[in-house]
Parts: sequence; structure tokens; C-alpha cells
Amino acid sequence: MLEVKDISKDYGDFHLRDISFTVSEGEYFIILGPSGAGKTVLLEVIAGLISPDSGRILLNGIDITEWPPERRGLAYVPQNYALFPHMSVHDNIAFGLRLRKLPKAEIEKRVKEIVEVLGIENLLKRKPRTLSGGEQQRVALARALVTEPPLILLDEPFANLDVQTRGRLINEMKRWKKELGFTALHVTHFFEEAVSLGDRVGVMLDGRLVQVGDVGEVFSRPSSERVARFLGFENIIEGTAEGRKLRANGIEIELPTEAHGEVRVGLRPEDVIIFTEPMKTSVRNVLRARVEGIEELGPIVRLRLNASGLAISAFITRSSFIELGISTGKEVYVGFKASALHVF
Amino acid sequence: MRRDYTIYLFAALGTFLVLYIALPIVVVFVRQASDAEMLIKTLHDPLVLEALRNSLVTATATAFIALFFGVPLGYVLARKEFPGKSLVQALVDVPIVIPHSVVGIMLLVTFSRTILDNYLGIISAMLFVSAPFTINASRDGFLGVDEKLEGVARTLGASRLRAFASIAFPLAFPNIASGAIMTWARAISEVGSILIVAYYPKTAQVLILEYFNNYGLRASRPIAILMVSISLVIFVLLRWLIGRAKNA
Repeated sequence: MLEVKDISKDYGDFHLRDISFTVSEGEYFIILGPSGAGKTVLLEVIAGLISPDSGRILLNGIDITEWPPERRGLAYVPQNYALFPHMSVHDNIAFGLRLRKLPKAEIEKRVKEIVEVLGIENLLKRKPRTLSGGEQQRVALARALVTEPPLILLDEPFANLDVQTRGRLINEMKRWKKELGFTALHVTHFFEEAVSLGDRVGVMLDGRLVQVGDVGEVFSRPSSERVARFLGFENIIEGTAEGRKLRANGIEIELPTEAHGEVRVGLRPEDVIIFTEPMKTSVRNVLRARVEGIEELGPIVRLRLNASGLAISAFITRSSFIELGISTGKEVYVGFKASALHVF
Repeated sequence: MRRDYTIYLFAALGTFLVLYIALPIVVVFVRQASDAEMLIKTLHDPLVLEALRNSLVTATATAFIALFFGVPLGYVLARKEFPGKSLVQALVDVPIVIPHSVVGIMLLVTFSRTILDNYLGIISAMLFVSAPFTINASRDGFLGVDEKLEGVARTLGASRLRAFASIAFPLAFPNIASGAIMTWARAISEVGSILIVAYYPKTAQVLILEYFNNYGLRASRPIAILMVSISLVIFVLLRWLIGRAKNA
């Protein structure tokens, strides 16, 4: 649906270089990158607020690179939400609809619908400056979604919120995404957001999109050391949860908390234990795996393991690597405590 | 706790200026109060009334002209980078540093008979010295409006002009209005360049000077009182209205 082709742009201290990716209809695409990677500039280029130095942007196959923002109709939610301070919440949300010259009754109906879904009916008469961060975020989202844009551009939508509100709103966002079925391009530097919400993810470092793929794939097979280091959580296991059991690739894994349906869990490589013989242990999850790759990183060795098709990466010290006599192709046992798992 | 003597000292020093500004205003009113007869006579002088009307009309016209041209200029200065921008910025401030009689001479040399002794001449002189207030205040007002607000408005379907009209302008309005009031106040207090460009049609400022030269202090004071009263009432009233709009 959205096709970004070889976009380059020098803008102040930011340098976008040959950015290419596509977002399909109904997809939630996340661009993950550290602060200063140029994520905001990229969003504004797509929104039409900044024109690129080179490259094209296509929407449903039509080249919109030269179109002004008002013609593109891509909704944009900046990091500070940019609510119009001189208008009530209602007028903020109705702004785009009024520009479309819809009949008054239709405007009221659509505003009512969106505020009900987002749970902000009681804020309609308030001025933006009286709202909390979480409330502002929802109003901004309502204003963007009410015009039913083909694509919504979200710049760090959860960055300005306190930790609790953030967790709650990320969960809410999962529900809204299902309920409203919008297509989103969301940029963030929090990998939790990518894992919780993303259908696909692109990793952006220094103005380049260095890796694009399904969330599980990008996290389990980072294309470079820098990507891996930035992502932190290297093991993302996808599966179907039923209570405290997670089924992934025919393997059963015990979870620390109850969950249901499709979930992703994260496991840090340093939390993975390797042993060569089966033994009695308190570790709840033990899998048989084959060593497929060995990377020596100074005092630490990273093992790439394959447990019945599940890719797991583990860090062990150099001394245990030598003592255990690990080599490529060797069969080992992989263990991790249920409490080491992070359910997204 | 130690007393904060610095702030007391600064307040004492600052009080000098406050008193220095307030004193002449108070004194001129007090003196006039003992000479009500002359004030009443002045109020019935058709020449005075005509001059006051001229002053008010030309200053108001000047403020509107400054708004019409100054707001767009302020917006461009706030939003766009272009070669020669700092030159334009500097030029805008130049009228403040040129002596007003010089302004009058420059205008007369440039436009000669077109502006000699007519309303256009009065307004030209006023506009030259007072437009910077509207331009600078508009620019500062627009600089205070987050550009993202206009960006979002545009993604929601607003053209640039529409985003300006419904977002940037209303948000910068208190600044713009303050600037326009300053322009108006500066215009109505202008004498130097008007004396040279347009002695006629007679404005109150010029009439005060003429009465002072011909009949002395006693004759010119009542006009001065009227002029100050009208200016102050309008100035204070407008500032109050803007202050209210800002907090709404």
C-alpha cells in the first residue's frame, strides 16, 4: 500500500540514506531505532511536510512524492501530539472532518464513534492543556483516525508517558488496532513496542534502514552485530499460549504468567543455560538443541542453537565453552527459568 | 534566613523610572484641573476637534495598513530561511534609529508632491516609523507557534493558507494585536516627520506645537491633556482586552 523507495534526505543533523520499505494494507509496521536515527524526519517526509532530496513515495501505486500533505491525507501524530491548544477536544477531533465539509450530523456521529472506542467521551469539552499525557495521546489518535486515513504515522506515541500509563496504552493500542483495523507506521526506540504491536519491524541506525522483516525473524536473526546490540532481547519466541503453557514449533514452554492466544515472549541470551547431559534442576524449561553457530566475542561466546526449529541464541563464558567442549553440530541441552521469560 | 537585599536594591533603582514616567502625567492633569475654564474653551474649539479626529483616523488607518502588510512579512520571517533574511530583519528595525525629522525629509525627497500636505502624507510618515512594531510582534508571535501544529493541520486536509488562518493566526493573535496597538500608539505620538511632510491637514500633535509656539503653554496644555487622555484610554482598554483573550 505504502511504498518508500530509496529516500535520501539531509535535514539539519539528520541524514536519511536510501530508505526503502513497504507497508501493506492493515499492517502495523514499526521502525525501531535509537534517538537521532532520523525517524521523525522520515515520517515527515512520508507525511509530505519535508520533501526528500531523492527517492519516491508511492501510495497504492500512485507516486505522491510531489503532493502536498493535504492531498496525501496520511494522518500524522507527532511525538508531542500537537493538539491545537485553542480548540476544545471535540473541535480538535472534528478538525479534519470539517475541512472535508461533511454535514454536521455526520461529523457528530463520527466523532462520537471514535471517542467511544478510545474511551474519551468525557473529555470532549476540555481544552488540551488540562489533559494528562495519556489523555492527550488518545485525543491525538482520535483526531488522526476519525478521518479514516489510508495510513497513520505515529512518532514515538508512548514516549512521553509514565511507565504505567505506557504499559496500559500499549495494551489498549492492540485492542484499537484490532477494532478499527487501521494501517500504521509507528517509529520508536522502545523495542517493547515493536514486539508488542508490530507485525513487521524495520531497524534504523544512522539514517539507514538496516534490516526489515517479521518481528520474530529480526529479533532472532539480527543482520549485524550493531542491530543485535541495539535490539538487546535476541530471543523472541512466538507461539500460542494457553494458561501457563506456550506452544511454539511443537515445543511446550512454561510461562511465568498466564496468557492466552498468540503471544511473543522474550528471552535474553545471558539467561540461557547450556548443559551437555540431562540433569535434575529447578529450571522449568529444558530443550534439546543442536549448536549451529559459534561466535567468539572476547571473554564471551555466543552460541546459535536450533531446538527443533526454534532458533535460540545464548551467551556463555569462554571458560565454560572450553570445559564443555562445545563445537558446531554438537547436541546439547538448553535450559531457562520460566521467570527469565518476558511475555509481551 | 538571609534577606534578599539585591532584589530590594533593584526595586529601589527601578522605582526611579516608574516615578519619572508617572510624575509628568499626574502633574499635567493636576495643573489642568485648576484651569477648567481653558479646558472647556478648548473642547469647543472646532480646530482642536478637527485635529484630534485627524490624529485618530490616521493612526488607526496606519495600524490597519501595518497589519495588512506586516503580518504576512512576520510569518515569512518566522517560517522561512532565505538568502538576505538578516538584511531584511535589520532593515525592519532601521526606522527606530533614524531621527524623525530625517524620516520626513527622506519621504518628501522620495515621494515629493504625492504626500505633501495630505492624509496620505500623514499616514506615510506614521507607517514608516511605526510599522516595525507590528512586523516584529507578528514574527515573535508566529515563532511561538509550534510548526508541528500547522503540519498536523495540513495532514488533516488543510491547505497552507487554511492552516495559517485556523491555527497560526489565532494562536499568534495576542502578539499581533499587541504589536498593532504599539504601532497605533507610536503613530499617534509621531510629530517630527509629520511636521515636515504634512503640516496640513492638521493633526493634534502638530496643533499642540503650533499653539505652544503662538500662544504659549496655557493654550497648548488642554489639547495635550485631551490627546493623552484619549490615547491612554484606548491603549489601556485594548491591552486589557488582549490580556483577557490570552487567558480565555
